[in-house]
Amino acid sequence: MTAYQLPVFIPFTYLAFAVLIPLVGLWKRKLSHPMAVTGSGLAAGLSLYGFAAYVNTGPIHHTFGGWQPPIGIEFVYDGLSAFFLLVINMVAFLVLLHSKPVAAREFRGKRMPFYSVTMLLMLGFNGIVSTGDLFNLYVFLEISSLSSYGLIAIGNRHAPFAAFRYLVLGTIGGSMYLLGLGFLYISTGTLNIIDMAAMLPHFAGKPPVLTGLILMTVGIGIKAALFPMHGWLPDAYTFASSTSSALIAPTGTKVGAYILIRVLLYLFGIESMDAVFKVSSVLGMLAGAGILYGSIMAIAQSELKRMLAYSSVSQIGYIIMGLSLANPAGFVGAVLHVLNHAAMKACLFLVAANLRFREGHSNIRLFNDTYRKKYPWTMACFTVAAVSMVGLPPMAGFFSKWYLVLGTIANANWVLLAVILMSSLLNAVYFFRVLEKVYMKNPDKESPAGEEAVVMNREVKPLMLAPVVILATGIIVIGIMNMSVVSYILKMFPG
Amino acid sequence: MCDFFLGHYSYWLTMFLLCIGLYGVLMKKNLVKKTIGLTILQSSIILFYVSIAAKWDATVPISDPSRPVTDASNYLNPLPHTLMLTAIVVGVATLGVAFALLMAIFNRYQSLDEQEILDMIE
Repeated sequence: MTAYQLPVFIPFTYLAFAVLIPLVGLWKRKLSHPMAVTGSGLAAGLSLYGFAAYVNTGPIHHTFGGWQPPIGIEFVYDGLSAFFLLVINMVAFLVLLHSKPVAAREFRGKRMPFYSVTMLLMLGFNGIVSTGDLFNLYVFLEISSLSSYGLIAIGNRHAPFAAFRYLVLGTIGGSMYLLGLGFLYISTGTLNIIDMAAMLPHFAGKPPVLTGLILMTVGIGIKAALFPMHGWLPDAYTFASSTSSALIAPTGTKVGAYILIRVLLYLFGIESMDAVFKVSSVLGMLAGAGILYGSIMAIAQSELKRMLAYSSVSQIGYIIMGLSLANPAGFVGAVLHVLNHAAMKACLFLVAANLRFREGHSNIRLFNDTYRKKYPWTMACFTVAAVSMVGLPPMAGFFSKWYLVLGTIANANWVLLAVILMSSLLNAVYFFRVLEKVYMKNPDKESPAGEEAVVMNREVKPLMLAPVVILATGIIVIGIMNMSVVSYILKMFPG
Repeated sequence: MCDFFLGHYSYWLTMFLLCIGLYGVLMKKNLVKKTIGLTILQSSIILFYVSIAAKWDATVPISDPSRPVTDASNYLNPLPHTLMLTAIVVGVATLGVAFALLMAIFNRYQSLDEQEILDMIE
């Protein structure tokens, strides 16, 4: 295999395993989990190799069938793609590694189709990130969306209804994207991202291009759960099984954010985007409103997974806000927050999965100080991720917020600066509420002295613990190593 | 002004269809009617793409000896049609998943009315 084929090999690995898992599963159902882990591990390894290849040799363009773009379809493996592929494939590998006992308990007989559909989901995500063709992107978007409807529908009693509402909104989003793409195609006559990006400045501000821009932004906004189009997200993440939500929450909305970054900053560019009216400042306001709304709603929740879902709405706001600032510091904040939030959210959802696995619930009201003794490692990792979400140094979460703050100051946008600072306080409220329950002794429920000894260590098995610990360590390591990540991201800033 | 409406009549029709679809999806309470709305929405976009491929005095993109292939204005643009073949497949797949979910929903709640189901979840 040469580096030239690499952009195709990463999505193809998932496609091959999506087909192989049902075939092997007919023979031995037990093998579906090891195969899914192998598939995602292979893809994660390939994206690591590709990342190194990109750093050494620069972008890789793969043209299909030898047809040169703009006529042929190409896969482009550039800085942004390499970064996102690495993030989503690493997270998917860790979550799938963790999933075995959860899958065995929550959907015993349906493990084989479940793992096959997760492979299709990741195929869609990898395709979106790799492709250099806008219609191809739509097809991969629908592949990933259809698989995620299926994954969300596997859950508790209400999961199919949440999945149906997501299907309705997701299909509207996909259709809006397709319609907007049609308007851009009328204007430019091409579907290749690089080719269209070269032509669009000549059409900036023309009605069809503006219509296309708005329709595409709305369509992707629904998929990325940008406020006020986030309606499907809280129910979907709460009712889905622990593994599905741990897999979709860190990767799904990030891929939506990737499409927004690709379309707004790379395809249109900062000048064409704001040619008629300031699309970027509208996005910034929506993002700011989403940050506050998500944080406030998260405080009101008593179910841990639902709280994390609302927190996702607020965190996607940070990413969109960073790209709407359209300056280097804001861009660094947005892309760095993709990495940080993927690690933090995966860690937090896996902690929720561990608690549900042992306790059968994840209701914050029932948390108490025995959890500290029962799950010392799980709760320690939860603390690391929670502190990082609040944004305390040296955790990773601090640095992305720091660059977002620098970005708002560079644009003299004091409203958004106030939003970031306020939301950090709100984050502290809803995470410290959980930490207080777990680590502080509740004075009015003073237990007799002898009962302390009864609490045993009920920590989950190493297979379920290792991914959580790796992610928590990752949060600290990314925080300490943030300079090298930032200098890598800065090189990708378009223009 | 008249030209603006008559000259773009196919776009007006597809946008009208799009609005009917959106109305069905957002305003109807019955989940099957929502699914019908989704289908209308997707069909309107397919029609939109098909209509942007049209040209005056052009024919289907199959080589015709009386029309030189070197002149692109002799033939329709085939690319939007091929794109829509894929979009139709996506629409069919979405419909299949939607019906599968509807069956699961009906088995659990014995109802397909959004408001009734929401009351049961509460």
